Amino acid sequence: MSKIILDRLQEKFGADVLETSSFRGDDVAVVRPSRWREVAEFVKNDPACQCDYFVDLSAVDRCDPNTDDLDMPDRFEVFFIVHSLKKKHRVRVKARVSGEDPRIDSIASVWSGANWQEREAFDMFGVRFEGHPDLRRILMYEEFEGHPLRKEYPANRAQPLVAYRENTFDKLGPFLRDEGMPLNRSVSVDLERTPENPHALDKNN
Amino acid sequence: MADLSSDTRIVGGGESGFVTTRFDALLNWARKYSLFQYPFVTACCGMEFMAAASPRYDLARFGAEAPRFSPRQADVLWVVGTISQRQAPALRRIYEQMTEPKWVIAFGTCASCGGFYDNYATVPGIDKIIPVDVMIPGCPPRPEAVLDGLMLLQKKIGEGDRTPAVLKNTEMPEEHKRSLEQLHQIRLKR
Repeated sequence: MSKIILDRLQEKFGADVLETSSFRGDDVAVVRPSRWREVAEFVKNDPACQCDYFVDLSAVDRCDPNTDDLDMPDRFEVFFIVHSLKKKHRVRVKARVSGEDPRIDSIASVWSGANWQEREAFDMFGVRFEGHPDLRRILMYEEFEGHPLRKEYPANRAQPLVAYRENTFDKLGPFLRDEGMPLNRSVSVDLERTPENPHALDKNN
Repeated sequence: MADLSSDTRIVGGGESGFVTTRFDALLNWARKYSLFQYPFVTACCGMEFMAAASPRYDLARFGAEAPRFSPRQADVLWVVGTISQRQAPALRRIYEQMTEPKWVIAFGTCASCGGFYDNYATVPGIDKIIPVDVMIPGCPPRPEAVLDGLMLLQKKIGEGDRTPAVLKNTEMPEEHKRSLEQLHQIRLKR
């Protein structure tokens, strides 16, 4: 796989392309977040790149909540993947933004497909895309607090919209023949039908 | 009428005989064979529900033939699949729209207890939101388990039992095993 896009990016943006790598045809460029939108416009419009097909945009939380500072300067890695239908090549462009105030330019005006993807990245990670036409939560609800895919969000913390019922399992044994154990009990009773236990079903029934 | 409750008495016989029973027992007996269903299908269990409802397994044999596309006309709410927190208000509203008497079947492990989802997005079992009559575990449950669950619900309706129940594994009766073996032998001989 040729590295045309990476070469063109380095030519154009110089030191603002922080890293490049290429692994089995996957070209990756890490750029400075301040040039994010310019890079997007460049890979779309440059005659050697012509990346007209938007594939994906999301973010990665790179911190370890046990050891790292949650405000570390390169905590969230925002990336987009674009493909060229004419040149048949693709590139992944990344930018790292701080955990303290994660902000980056929106590229929804370059590829309109990025609109909902940016909303998802905002919803899940809290990265703010500046210039986005309608930056609202897309998967979670408005009442939801926090951003669930951030590493500091407790894995099983739910924020129910409907209050949970209490005493959902008030039945005591004996249970019917076909009934298993209630979810929170560890005994099962299998009784013959007697006058005392009219609900127990006959085994031959 | 054999499966009416124990309060039923058959008096006399032949053409002039009659039957006495309790009114609610008769009503429940009628109800359990005329279940209009409302499938609330959200996830992959839906495919298994379609298999169970279609002719090969045929829910219609149990009087649960007609699916209604409005909860107002349905007796049984089948909750088929994972329910997310965001969906929970919709599910509860649909339950509230159903007219009494109404029953709920939790189809599959996710609807019963949240399954392997233990996270911010999933309701850990629909009984946290609405009352459930029968839970059918399985990921997804086999159609036989679904039919078992429906029969368990009918049994509970007949007895007026409104407590939640979990379907458990059923052993194949010995005579069924023997007849299956015989079938197998016949096939081998051909």
